[in-house]
Amino acid sequence: MSQIFYSKDHEWVSVGADGLATIGITDHAQQALGDIVFVELPEPGRNVAKGEACAVVESVKAASDVYAPLSGTVAEVNQAIVDEPAKVNAEAEADGWFFKLRLEDPAAVAELLNRAAYDEFLETLA
Amino acid sequence: MVEFAGYDMPLQYQGIIAEHNACRTGAALFDVSHMGQAEIAEIEVFSRLVPGDIAGLKPGRQRYTLLLNEAGGILDDLMVANLGQHVQVVLNASRKEADVAHMRSHGVAVTTRFDRALLALQGPKAAEVLPEAAMLKFMDAGPVRIGGIDCIVTRSGYTGEDGFEIGCAGFDGAALAELLLARGAVPAGLGARDSLRLEAGLCLYGNDIDEGTNPVAAGLGFALSRKRLSEGHFLGADALNKALSEGTAETLVGIKLEGRAPARAGAEIRLPGGAAVGRVTSGVFSPTLNTPIALGYVRSDCAKIGTALDLIVRDKPLSGQVTSLPFVPHNYVR
Repeated sequence: MSQIFYSKDHEWVSVGADGLATIGITDHAQQALGDIVFVELPEPGRNVAKGEACAVVESVKAASDVYAPLSGTVAEVNQAIVDEPAKVNAEAEADGWFFKLRLEDPAAVAELLNRAAYDEFLETLA
Repeated sequence: MVEFAGYDMPLQYQGIIAEHNACRTGAALFDVSHMGQAEIAEIEVFSRLVPGDIAGLKPGRQRYTLLLNEAGGILDDLMVANLGQHVQVVLNASRKEADVAHMRSHGVAVTTRFDRALLALQGPKAAEVLPEAAMLKFMDAGPVRIGGIDCIVTRSGYTGEDGFEIGCAGFDGAALAELLLARGAVPAGLGARDSLRLEAGLCLYGNDIDEGTNPVAAGLGFALSRKRLSEGHFLGADALNKALSEGTAETLVGIKLEGRAPARAGAEIRLPGGAAVGRVTSGVFSPTLNTPIALGYVRSDCAKIGTALDLIVRDKPLSGQVTSLPFVPHNYVR
């Protein structure tokens, strides 16, 4: 099993054996957003820079941007969450993933937080 | 929790959709104690500030009305209940101080009761949860004792459902809430309150109406008394009569969107592929209709039911059309 990294914008990143980074929002993020009713994903092939807004989630109440936690090219998107946005609430850190990136610099994952550091970060928000 | 009108308010408990559905199918309980309760003894003087027939309001009855400025703009929208000795008004939290100052500056003596609690019990099962108040019909108001707590109850609300708004001493608010929750009411937050009122086509002060809004443009003609309009003895009467005879440049409309992406307050409204004709003032994903809905002002010639409109969200047009209000039928017990 590959290691999972986290951003302070509440995205998770999992780099697979194929070198692609799967990206989604954390369970904390889906809880904070509430019932998700709409997801807009980036076009495959789009180049995104770290920190760039590249997806949108709408809850009943409000819209939020999802940021690219690392730079790369969008290789694949998860149509299942477009068809069924509630999947993000139900399985944020698994089947509710957003998109896969071919990373510009695979070593850059080291700049992100590990689980313990992310949990510590969440503590500071409480 | 979120900040709202200076109060820390719960946005949601278990989730907006679950709370919303609890209100449409059962009974939901909202803490709306942030709203300002006040009492006015001299109805005649007060009636010079509102366009409704408040002097004709019978004891035990409640009415929706508006505080207007000279230009006919809406200073606040409020509920007025005739409790016999005095009328009770319920003011928006963000406006209560300004409302009282406005009323006093026009010679209305106001006794503020801002320390009182207000709970809204809403939904088709509200009367099962509160049998003590089941004798009230829609827009009736009166004293009711609930579990030994003296309350002022009105059969009304802000969700489009049957239900009650229950005022009591601030000290008793928590005990009253516990009692109603123990009887099966589901706690609901501001998020569901907003999605419910929007489905019911009810305006939110500060979003859909404000000091620059003429009530005629906002579709609030039902709150204007013909008798009072023809007599003209209230602030803003001339502006309302002008708007009624000449029409208004813009009209508030309901808009149903295609697809699933909601358009929020501030989104521009255009004719399909064409010119800007207005803006969204409230938008939400409707849990009942499973589709995005919005309220917004459009040029009055674009307000006809069925008119196709583009709502601009993230620089892209979302297709919608003008829909009759309310989006979800009201379910009042008359």
